[in-house]
Amino acid sequence: MIRTLTLALALLCLPVALYAQDLQSLLQTHQKIVEKPSRKTVGPVIEALGASGLPEVPVFLERWQDKALYVRKDDGVFFYAAKSAEGRDLIDISTGEIVATGVDAGTLKQIKPNGGVRKVIGEALVQFLLSDPDIERRRNAVDAIARNLSPNQIAPLVASIEGEPDAALLQRKRRLAGYLTARFGDTTEARVDAIEFLSDDLSVDGRAVMSQILETRFVAADAVPDANVSEVLEPGSEALSRDAAYAILVEEHGFPPRLTDNDVRLALEAHVDGGKAGGVPVAQLGDMQNRAVAYDTLAAQGLVQKRVSEGDLDRAFAEWGFYQVYLENDAAVTAAALETQKAIQTKVAMNQAVDLGMDAISLASIYFLAAVGLAITFGVMGVINMAHGEFIMMGAYTGYVVQQFITNYTLSLVVALPLAFAVTFAAGVAMERLVIRWLYNRPLETLLATFGISVALQQLAKNIFGTQARPLTSPGWLDGAWVINDVVQISYIRIAIFVLALMFLGLLLFILKKTRLGLEVRAVTQNPRMAASMGINPDKIKMMTFGLGSGIAGIAGVAIGLFAKVTSEMGSDYIVQSFMTVVVGGVGNVWGTLAGAAMIGFFQKGVEWLNPTNTLAAQTYMILFIILFIQFRPKGIIALKGRAAGD
Amino acid sequence: MRKSFIAQNPSVLWFLACLGLFTVVVTLMAEATGAGLISTSFVKTLGKVLCLCLVAIAMDVVWGYCGILSLGHFAFFGIGGYAVGMWLMYARTEAIVVSNLAERTIPATPTEVNDAIATQIFGVVGSSEFPLIWAFSHSLVLQLLLVVLVPGLLALIFGWLAFRSRVTGVYLSILTQAMTLALALYLFQNDSGLRGNNGLSGLQNIPGFEAVPQSVVSMGFFWASAIALGLGYVLFARVLSGKMGSVIRAIRDDETRVRFLGYHVESYKLFIFTLTAVVAGIAGALYYPQAGIINPAEIAPIASIYLAVWVAIGGRGRLYGAVIGTAFVSLLSSWFTGGGAPAVNLGFYTIQWTEWWLVLLGTSFVAVTLFFPAGIGGLFDKFARKSS
Repeated sequence: MIRTLTLALALLCLPVALYAQDLQSLLQTHQKIVEKPSRKTVGPVIEALGASGLPEVPVFLERWQDKALYVRKDDGVFFYAAKSAEGRDLIDISTGEIVATGVDAGTLKQIKPNGGVRKVIGEALVQFLLSDPDIERRRNAVDAIARNLSPNQIAPLVASIEGEPDAALLQRKRRLAGYLTARFGDTTEARVDAIEFLSDDLSVDGRAVMSQILETRFVAADAVPDANVSEVLEPGSEALSRDAAYAILVEEHGFPPRLTDNDVRLALEAHVDGGKAGGVPVAQLGDMQNRAVAYDTLAAQGLVQKRVSEGDLDRAFAEWGFYQVYLENDAAVTAAALETQKAIQTKVAMNQAVDLGMDAISLASIYFLAAVGLAITFGVMGVINMAHGEFIMMGAYTGYVVQQFITNYTLSLVVALPLAFAVTFAAGVAMERLVIRWLYNRPLETLLATFGISVALQQLAKNIFGTQARPLTSPGWLDGAWVINDVVQISYIRIAIFVLALMFLGLLLFILKKTRLGLEVRAVTQNPRMAASMGINPDKIKMMTFGLGSGIAGIAGVAIGLFAKVTSEMGSDYIVQSFMTVVVGGVGNVWGTLAGAAMIGFFQKGVEWLNPTNTLAAQTYMILFIILFIQFRPKGIIALKGRAAGD
Repeated sequence: MRKSFIAQNPSVLWFLACLGLFTVVVTLMAEATGAGLISTSFVKTLGKVLCLCLVAIAMDVVWGYCGILSLGHFAFFGIGGYAVGMWLMYARTEAIVVSNLAERTIPATPTEVNDAIATQIFGVVGSSEFPLIWAFSHSLVLQLLLVVLVPGLLALIFGWLAFRSRVTGVYLSILTQAMTLALALYLFQNDSGLRGNNGLSGLQNIPGFEAVPQSVVSMGFFWASAIALGLGYVLFARVLSGKMGSVIRAIRDDETRVRFLGYHVESYKLFIFTLTAVVAGIAGALYYPQAGIINPAEIAPIASIYLAVWVAIGGRGRLYGAVIGTAFVSLLSSWFTGGGAPAVNLGFYTIQWTEWWLVLLGTSFVAVTLFFPAGIGGLFDKFARKSS
């Protein structure tokens, strides 16, 4: 302890340390100890090494520890050695240069410190690394400690805290020192303090420290054990089943194990004799009761071990008590840890709720982007565009193609967004002119015709771009996540999509409410014939609306492509959800789509939270929920009222 | 006096005659029973096409006659397949397990047999216990009942909920599609109890007929499919004739007016929806033993849309149209995707039909919708009108 502390102090004085000696001569003064180190004698050498302040000391300690240090038998000078064709190459321990080549291995002696010495060297090494001028090595040393907390690291870590120049690393060191103190501190007070201090720590490591302190094991004893008992357990309760309780007795107190049905069968098979086993004919042994009778007969003859019956279990349980015992003996520490754990769990749960909310919002933004184009076309024309998903795909592929020509990701994104809009706008207008226009009075057939287009487009994309997923790389400034604390974090891409969704919400509201086009669109939505008689050209409006809806799908495609892979099938992943969003939200209304997207997003995330391992189940329940929801609000959350509602 | 049912519907006789002729011709050309001009696998393909025709006429009744574009009938088809597949898989595994356990010195208990079967079937999804839905899988009769009951009940409940709240048109299509997707996603889970995305396999091996060669088994299923198609055709033609048929067609043309005339529209729709679901289930139960494997991907919404495509190409509102469309498109599809169609060399580009078939199907489907709303069946009508 004192040794390491002085070492640390010595290191703190690094700049003023005198370079009076080089490493070799310093080692020569302790030549015998370095050559044959023992746990007791090695201390002063390491101290001296630390005090020397030489930059090559850490490397030397490492090599020494790894048995890579050699001594020349003639003069006792230390070298590192490397194997070569002629023999060994000697490397100077200070300069790292090869000083002699082809040396006969017989003239050298490898220095092999024993385990105890290597441990002492290792501790000194951690100390060196923790105070190493290179921040990367310091970080690695801290990582190494964090990976495997052990009591003897407290002192070097605490010693290195004071000289730490990097603020982030200093924070980590403090935190780690807290963990170490909480688990291995010298006094109860110090540990309780450290534990209570951790109640604000939501990190996985911090939580792991708590559960490590609170680790328990099951004990079966005939009296209350002299240990830090967490709970007295009743066999057959939820925490400890009868079988589990008996298994403890078997393991700890040598009770005879219970036989499985398979054990019984094997024992009977081993004792088949003249077509009978235990007096029962083999042919009758395909029945559990007969088997039991046969086995008991064998047991009575002493041929096999007796069966442990339920009655035996009851007798054993009457005699023995079952306890859950903390591995940690200090009751004050476990009490504090329990309380802290509760506090942390509450905070984690709250933060998880926030995190979930943000996830739900970002999912809702994606659904909104994917569905709002569909909602507009559905609202204005009453037709479902099954190829909407393929417009999303077209937008994503546009983004991919643009990236092939413009390598600057930011610039390519700036180009791709309007280009995707233009491409899908054109495709939408073309589709409206060529196909949908002729089917306005046959909505179900529009659905099928657009499905045909969807199939053709999907296969076309497959033929052009191949079946493997194409990447759409997001610019560097969208990488990473906004980390609020250890639980709550949200990736920048999702934030960007949220912002994009907001922008489109604003833009669409502006177009629909404030522009001439929007006015005409609303008029056609409400009553196409009346609108036509007022001088509005419904054909043109429908075409423009369809183009607008498709264009937004293209933009959604670029956004989705940034976080999901671009494949020819990506559209079909979103099409049903988009339909759901439109149907739940209510047709022909931007706010309705927003409400629908929010509801579906939150519901899906909520179910995923309840059953996190199973996203498929979440989707199943979501769809069932939507089917039921339609029962109560067949026209969606925000339904058109009055004459605009049509029928 | 009212004319008899057959006299009213001469097309039924024509259809039955064609179907019978087709069946006999195939039988005479098959490997097991005739000249061996048709391979066993093609007999299976033809048998499967007959099953698809059966589900297609069900689709035609619900869509072409009643105006409900259901995108869920392939889900009922799949449920039928799963129901019969459970028995096939259970019975076959039981036979294997029993013969394995018979090698032991002492006979196995029923529990041991049961556990061994469960481990064998559910090992792939990491389970060794029978889920509740396999409770009847040991019994062929009960599972065959489920083929009818499960799709029927599901359609009844779903239809009641949907029709009651007056969900119609495109909304209903999307709702049925959602139902299909929910079912497919549910089946994709490993803990659904139906082996997740592994599905049920080895269904072509019929327990009790292990010694019979596949060529004979396939003929049996071919005949069964043909008979089922014939019976289904007559059943639907019967349902659609007379007053009830008129009401159903009227619902398609103007639902509100029929309601104002005092008919209980919802009951009619529910009846048709449920009946067609049951027939779809039966078709599935015949289809999957010929296909040999069923997995949740078969139920995905796209399959139901293809069903609508077949019916539309064949011509809606004509039962024979559905049959023609299905047979035509599905056989053509297997010809194109199987590499049977010759590649077209355009000089600068060679069209490989395995890649371009779906493009052709998609565009031709758009063309049919736009230019021939009556489909292929419409051509027959024109022909029939000219000749009369």
